[in-house]
Order: sequence, then structure tokens, then C-alpha cells
Amino acid sequence: MNVVVCVKQIPDPADPGELDPESKTLKRDVKLILDESDSYGVEMALQLVDSAGGGDVTLVSMAPNNEVSGLRTALAMGAAGAVLVSDEALAGSDSLSTAKVLAKAIGRTEADLIITATESSDGYTGTVPAQIAELLGLPSVTFAKEINISGSTVAVKRQTETGYLEVECPMPCVVSVTAGVVEPRYPSFKGIMAAKSKPVDEVTCADLGIETDAVGWSGARQEIIGIDRAEEREAGEIIEDEGEAHERIISFLEELKVL
Amino acid sequence: MAPLDDIRFSLDAVAELSAILELDGFDHVDSDLVDAMLGEAARICTEVIGPLNAVGDKSGSVLVDGQVRTPEGWSQAYEIFSAGGWGSLPIDMSFGGGGLPWLVANCVTEMVSGANMAFVACSILSQGSVDMLIAHGSETLQQTYLPKLVDGTWTGTMNLTEPDAGSDVGALRCRAERAADGTYRIFGTKIFITYGDHDLADNIVHLVLARTSDAPVGTKGISCFIVPKVLVNDDGTLGEENDVTCLSLEHKMGIHASPTAVMSFGDEDGAVGYLIGEENHGMRYMFTMMNVARLQVGLQAVGVAERAYRQAAQYAFDRRQGRAVGAAAGPSLIAEHADVARMLIDMRAHIEAMRGIAMLNAAAIDRESHASEPDEREAAAGRAALLTPINKGWCTDRSVAVTSTAIQVHGGLGFIEETGVAQHYRDTRITPIYEGTNGIQAIDLVTRKLPMGSGRVIGEFFDEIEQHVALLFGADIEVGPLGDNMTSALSSARMVTRWLTDTFGTDPNEVLAGATPFLDLMGLLSGGYVHVRRALAAPSGDAELVAARLATARFYGEQILPRVFSLVPMVMAGSETLFAIDEAAWSR
Ligand SMILES: Cc1cc2nc3c(=O)[nH]c(=O)nc-3n(C[C@H](O)[C@H](O)[C@H](O)COP(=O)(O)OP(=O)(O)OC[C@H]3O[C@@H](n4cnc5c(N)ncnc54)[C@H](O)[C@@H]3O)c2cc1C
Ligand SMILES: Cc1cc2nc3c(=O)[nH]c(=O)nc-3n(C[C@H](O)[C@H](O)[C@H](O)COP(=O)(O)OP(=O)(O)OC[C@H]3O[C@@H](n4cnc5c(N)ncnc54)[C@H](O)[C@@H]3O)c2cc1C
Repeated sequence: MNVVVCVKQIPDPADPGELDPESKTLKRDVKLILDESDSYGVEMALQLVDSAGGGDVTLVSMAPNNEVSGLRTALAMGAAGAVLVSDEALAGSDSLSTAKVLAKAIGRTEADLIITATESSDGYTGTVPAQIAELLGLPSVTFAKEINISGSTVAVKRQTETGYLEVECPMPCVVSVTAGVVEPRYPSFKGIMAAKSKPVDEVTCADLGIETDAVGWSGARQEIIGIDRAEEREAGEIIEDEGEAHERIISFLEELKVL
Repeated sequence: MAPLDDIRFSLDAVAELSAILELDGFDHVDSDLVDAMLGEAARICTEVIGPLNAVGDKSGSVLVDGQVRTPEGWSQAYEIFSAGGWGSLPIDMSFGGGGLPWLVANCVTEMVSGANMAFVACSILSQGSVDMLIAHGSETLQQTYLPKLVDGTWTGTMNLTEPDAGSDVGALRCRAERAADGTYRIFGTKIFITYGDHDLADNIVHLVLARTSDAPVGTKGISCFIVPKVLVNDDGTLGEENDVTCLSLEHKMGIHASPTAVMSFGDEDGAVGYLIGEENHGMRYMFTMMNVARLQVGLQAVGVAERAYRQAAQYAFDRRQGRAVGAAAGPSLIAEHADVARMLIDMRAHIEAMRGIAMLNAAAIDRESHASEPDEREAAAGRAALLTPINKGWCTDRSVAVTSTAIQVHGGLGFIEETGVAQHYRDTRITPIYEGTNGIQAIDLVTRKLPMGSGRVIGEFFDEIEQHVALLFGADIEVGPLGDNMTSALSSARMVTRWLTDTFGTDPNEVLAGATPFLDLMGLLSGGYVHVRRALAAPSGDAELVAARLATARFYGEQILPRVFSLVPMVMAGSETLFAIDEAAWSR
């Protein structure tokens, strides 16, 4: 079974850099790393291929400046290869353009299953997965916390607010997984060494047959109107416990209508 | 947060990583791999190993029904660490290791030590056993033990110390009797055995020094044995328990989670032991791995010092107290007070020097085993031998000082255990003691290392320093009096070296009396050399870091290096005064 995982490479959240006031987007001149949200998808894919007893995990990523650092991490975890789309024309892409590009890139692979995260850690629109599915004409299952394969069907446990739903759908399909549902493995030293020589297929819009004015700033249907600092959180109330603190907490929660 | 920036910079600036990677046998390693590897190792340190440091300090390892239990979370961390191959990075690829130069592998040892010094000891000891088996073990022993020691399924220990044999290993009494089948039966007690027992692995492979009944006295009569905790069947599976018991664990000042065991061999019919190499060659074998073992202790010291420094620096930019000169209104950050700023830069300048010395030492060890020309290998062997006591002795002493300063930066909170900075001081305090006390290192330096090649080895080191100081004078780099003070320190060092060499033949006690100040002097000089190289390489790169590197180099030259000048009379003071107090008067 072959699984494609869409992985986004993002600026290190520990050292996120700055917003560019001009384009109102993140400055991406820093080294990018594997989005932690996507490490769960990679882990799940590796486990699925493992229990299927054969096949490969292939990564697909769109990123500026032919960035491969984040891909190398996922390759070191055990993915077999990657398709990287990098093209100056992609600057300014919105989530639909991103989905178009990723869909085309996925088309270069033979995928039985496409895994994404539910939302990325930096953009977090959470709209790319469903758009990829739509563009490829595939079924889409979201919020997966567990994936099981039998034959050509996937059975997914979908996380909901109150529990989970069990759904099934035929493959190929697009499944987006929730963060934290598996324990992503740490790359081993040998994995890191092997990752150096794993194939990364670097492609441009032209290679994918994408018109450059359909993507990037010119193709974007979304516009960022303004960026503002997040409001500082107000200081909380500290209750000294003189025996009745629990009552104050209960009445506070009742006010919020959570009790 | 691991000090990746400075490690990466030091690798290039001080240790010429690119030249080491060009040596035979390192074709599979390049600069990108080093970056990726260090990044992932740092992540494991931060996410997995580091968080267990305080936990381990609090609960410690404990002995329950004859079996040592490591603290909660230890097993899982060890599993991740060994499955990742992080414990076997420097071991040759043909034995399943990562085949990295020591120079590079040691960066991981430094980081893991900083994350959790009690944790790192286990893998350091396993590496030692692996080295011993590769160098001197028979093919059968290698096949039986190496694969599992390398992949971490089993771990190794070193059993030298006995109640009456510490610094003087030659005094050991542990007995080995030849058995009819060619194996031996081992009888005796060993003390202070690090990870002598634990629950991290399926088996523990003890390396035990013992003597046969007809062995010559002293170090010439010591043999080295493999004594597994659980005997290994011919098909490689685990068989019966060997006659080996962990009697008790020590209650220690620091590294609480690293079990320090009293081990008893042969309470019943004798523990089955397998001879390594030949009888009576044990001490010689130990010497072949001494450089690496001592280097690792120096690295522990660097790692812990770095962690303490970071904690102190963070605190100094958080805590407000008093009004600093020039500040409009108080309270100011304590980092704005000159005396606190002095403590911070003093720690930082020392750590950079220590790290650099450890790297110079490691690079020499790599050249010794991988350079293509025999004379290059020989020169490197001399350099490694010279730097080993300097690195072990100086870095560990400085680590105690740095961690103490880190406590000082915290004021009263530094003395409070919950703050966490006291642990670093308690932990690193063992580093000047084990793997040969620093007193023994100093003696090794003056009696064995100075005379090497009739003074050629140390002379070449001085020449190399001089050449780099000359480059500094030729370059337009602003590091204050570093160059001038290096020139004077170098001539002081040459002078006392000559005095020590001349005096040793006539009055060895004069020399031994000055050994520790001389080691200190050599450490200071070597640290100065590190800063010269850092300054020569500093002008490019991130402006903030460039400025910081030049500042620490300057501080080192201005305020640390001049201690050399006060050490000169101490080195040459002789022993008479030391023995001037009558024995009976000591207790009065
Ligand atoms: C103004 C603007 C400028 C941009 N400039 C650039 C640019 O210069 N270069 C560039 O490459 N992109 C650029 N992008 C694209 C952007 O970074 C996101 O990839 C895209 O908008 C997806 O949005 P999201 O992060 O909210 O995705 P979400 O829908 O939150 O992501 C869900 C999941 O979809 C997958 N996914 C999303 N994005 C990617 C991706 N890029 N690669 C692989 N998998 C992905 C991942 O599995 C991810 O976890 C730009 C976007 C905008 C709006
Ligand atoms: C936590 C811990 C872990 C350890 N782990 C191990 C281990 O895994 N395996 C192992 O075999 N051992 C281990 N040791 C033992 C350690 O290596 C010894 O404690 C050390 O070598 C010193 O020996 P000693 O304690 O007998 O001190 P002594 O040898 O009694 O030394 C006491 C003092 O006298 C000085 N001194 C001794 N002889 C001379 C001399 N000839 N000239 C000048 N000064 C001298 C020393 O420098 C020291 O200051 C460990 C010890 C500790 C505390």
C-alpha cells in the first residue's frame, strides 16, 4: 500500500521570525522545519504501511526556496521519498492555490491513501485537505484519530466533541488526522543518514502543468486585509482560599454557563 | 535548549571539522549530516532526556530485592536513546555503530550530559566496553557481546575500584581462578561501580580487573575479564544468572539517578569470567582506552556547566533588584549590575574555552586513528596524550567553579533545591574525582606527558599556539590584550616546563608539589589558544554572535588568562613548605 502524506514546512515556532507588513505574511527567509502537526500523519502513514506489510510513504510538500530541511526530518523517520514543489510564482498562494498545487503533485505519485493534518500550525485555515479531495475527485474524511485498512476500504475513527464516529470509505481517499493521536517516532541516527540519499523530486509549476497566474498573488482569491497584534490577555482573578474558594469557583463557572 | 550555535561554531573554528571529515573512513559524513544529526539529538535532549534530570535527582535509583530500579521514565528514555543509535555514534560501522569521528559524536555526549548527567554515564560506560572488546577481545567474545552492546540491548560497566585500590589500581585484590574449560572464576568485591546494576537492559556486561594467583604484584599482574550478569548460551540466548550480586548502592552528593554499586563477584562458586586478550596485560589494555574515557568525563563537565550557565543567564534577565548605574529608576535587572555581568561573561568565556579544549582533544584522537601518514598519526597520538589530563583536569575543575557561580547569580534562591541550579553543582562535583582524580591527572601531565618525545610533544603544542597568536596580531580583530597576554603566558609556560623537566631528575617531589598549579596553568593557556582560534574565525556570520564571541575572547584575555602569571611561582615553589607542619600538629 502506498501512502502520500502532505507535509508543510514552516518557520520554527520556537523562533518564528516576523510578519512582513508589506505582504502581511510571514517572512520565510528562515530555515523551515517539519510542521509538528504533520509529524502525526507521517507516523500514522509509516505504521499503516508497516502493518500492510509493504509499500512506501511518499511526502508531498510545497515550500519556497527549495526548502528540504523539514522533508529530511520526515524522510529520516522513514518515508521513502518526496515531491517538493517550489516556484517563485507560488509566493502569495492562498489555500485553494496550495490545494491545486498539492493535488497536481499528488498526481505524480501512485497513492492509495492521502494523509494530511487537520490544520497547519502556522496558517491553520484547515481548508487544504478538503480542497485537495475535491480537486482530485476523491472522498474526504476529516478529524481522524485512528485509521484501519482492510482490502480497499479505510475505516476511520473520527474525533468529535463528545466521542468518535466510525466511518468507512473506499480508497483512494484523503484523510486528515488530528494532532496528538499517535506518538511520532524520533528519527534514528541511521534514519538521518539514510535520509540524505533518499530521492526528493523537485518540481516547478511548469513541471506540474500549472499556469503561474492561477496561483501565487495573482491567483489568490483570498486577501489579507490587515494584521494586528493579539490583544493581551486580561489578568485573571486570584481567589485566596479561606474555606469558601470552591463556592466562588462554582458560581464563576455557573456565570459562564459551563456548569 | 542545547548550545547548538556554539557547538557548531567551535567545530569549525577550533577543531577544523572539515579536515577531520577528510580523514580516511569518514566518507559517509558531511557537514549537512552533522547539522541534521546534532539538531535531532538536541531535540531528544530537550524533549526526552532533559525533563528527567530533576526527577532522577529527587527519586534516585534504588535497590529493591537485589535489583536496582532506575527512576520513572528512565527506561522509555533509554529505549528511545539506544534505538536511535545515539549511544553508538563513534563506534565503527562494521560493528553496527554510526562510524562518526569522536569529535562529532562527543557533541552529542556533551548535550546529553547537559540534559542529564546521571543518564549519560550508562552509555559512556557501554562505549568503553565496546572499545575494549574491539581492541583486545577475541573473535568469539566480539561475536557474543558486541552486537548487543552496540545496539544497547545490553550495557557495559568498568570494575576497577576496590576498597583498598582507588587511585592505585595496582593494589587490587580481586581474584581470578583458571577453570578447566578455559574460562575463569572471579572472586572479590568492587566498589563505586557506575550502573553496576539497573533495569534498563536485559543483561549487563561487566569488565572486571582481577589477578590470577601466580600474577606479578602491582599493575603488571592485572588481567581483564568479561563477566556477564546473565550467562550467554552458545546460541546467543540468555541462560543462567552468573554469580554476581549488587550488594548496595551509595547515597551520593549528586548524580542520584546514576546507580553507584557495591558489586560482589563469586559469593558461591565463583562468577564465570572470560579473559580479554592475555593474562597480566589488563592494565595495558585499560591504558589504550583511557584517553577516550577521560575525555568523556571532561565532556560531562562542559555539558553540566553549560546548562547551569543558561539557567543563570535566564534568571539574571528576569530578576530585578537594586538600581543599576545609569538606570532611570529601579529596580533593575540584576544582569545590569556590573558584578552580575562579570559572573555571566566569566561563565560563558570559561565554557567556550572548555568546549574548545575538549574538541582539540577529540580531534587529536581522531587523527591518531584515522590519519593516513604514520608520522601524522604519531604526532596526533602525542597531542591526544598531552591534552587528555589537561582536558579532564581543567574542564572538570572549571565546571565546579562555573556551576558554583551559577548558584551565586541566583542569590539565596540558588541555595534552594527547588530552583534546580544546585543540582548541577552537586552533579558535576564528581567529575574532578572519578576516572582518575585531578591530582592523578596533574601527576600524569608532569611525569608522563612532559617528557614525551624528550619534550617535543609539548614543544610542538606551544609552537602551534605561537603561530596562531601571530596570526591574531596580523589580523584586524579587536580582542584587547588577548594577543599580548597569550605571548607572555606562552613564555611563562615554556619557562616552567623547562624548570619541571630539569628538576624532575633531581627532586621529583618538587615537581609533584607543583603539578596541580601546572595543570591549571596549561588549562588556562589552552583555553586562551581556543579563544585565539575563535577570534580568528569570528568575523563572519550573525552579527550578534560575532560580537559576543569577540567579547568573551577579550574578557578571557583581560581577566582570566593573567592568572597564569600568579601560577608560575606556585608551580616552582617546591614541596618543603607543604610538609612543614608536623603530623601531630595537623589535628590541633
Ligand atoms: C499570502 C500568502 C502567501 C503565501 N506564500 C507562500 C509562498 O511564498 N510559498 C509557499 O510555498 N506557500 C505560500 N503560501 C501558502 C501557505 O503557506 C499555505 O501552504 C496555504 O495557505 C495552506 O494554508 P494553511 O496553512 O492554513 O493549511 P491548512 O489547511 O491549515 O493545512 C492542513 C494540512 O494541509 C497540508 N498542507 C497545507 N499546506 C501545505 C503545503 N504548503 N505543503 C504541503 N502540505 C500542505 C498539511 O498536511 C497541513 O497540515 C502563502 C499563503 C498565503 C495566504
Ligand atoms: C560516583 C562514583 C562513580 C564511580 N564509578 C566508578 C566505576 O564505574 N568504576 C570504577 O572502577 N570506579 C569508579 N569510581 C571510583 C573512582 O574512580 C575512584 O573513587 C577514584 O579513582 C579515586 O579513588 P579513591 O576513591 O580510592 O581515592 P584515593 O585514591 O584514596 O584518593 C584520595 C585522595 O588522595 C589523592 N591521591 C591518591 N593517590 C595519590 C598519589 N599517588 N599522589 C597524589 N595524590 C594521590 C587523590 O587525588 C585524592 O585526592 C567511582 C567513584 C564515584 C564516587
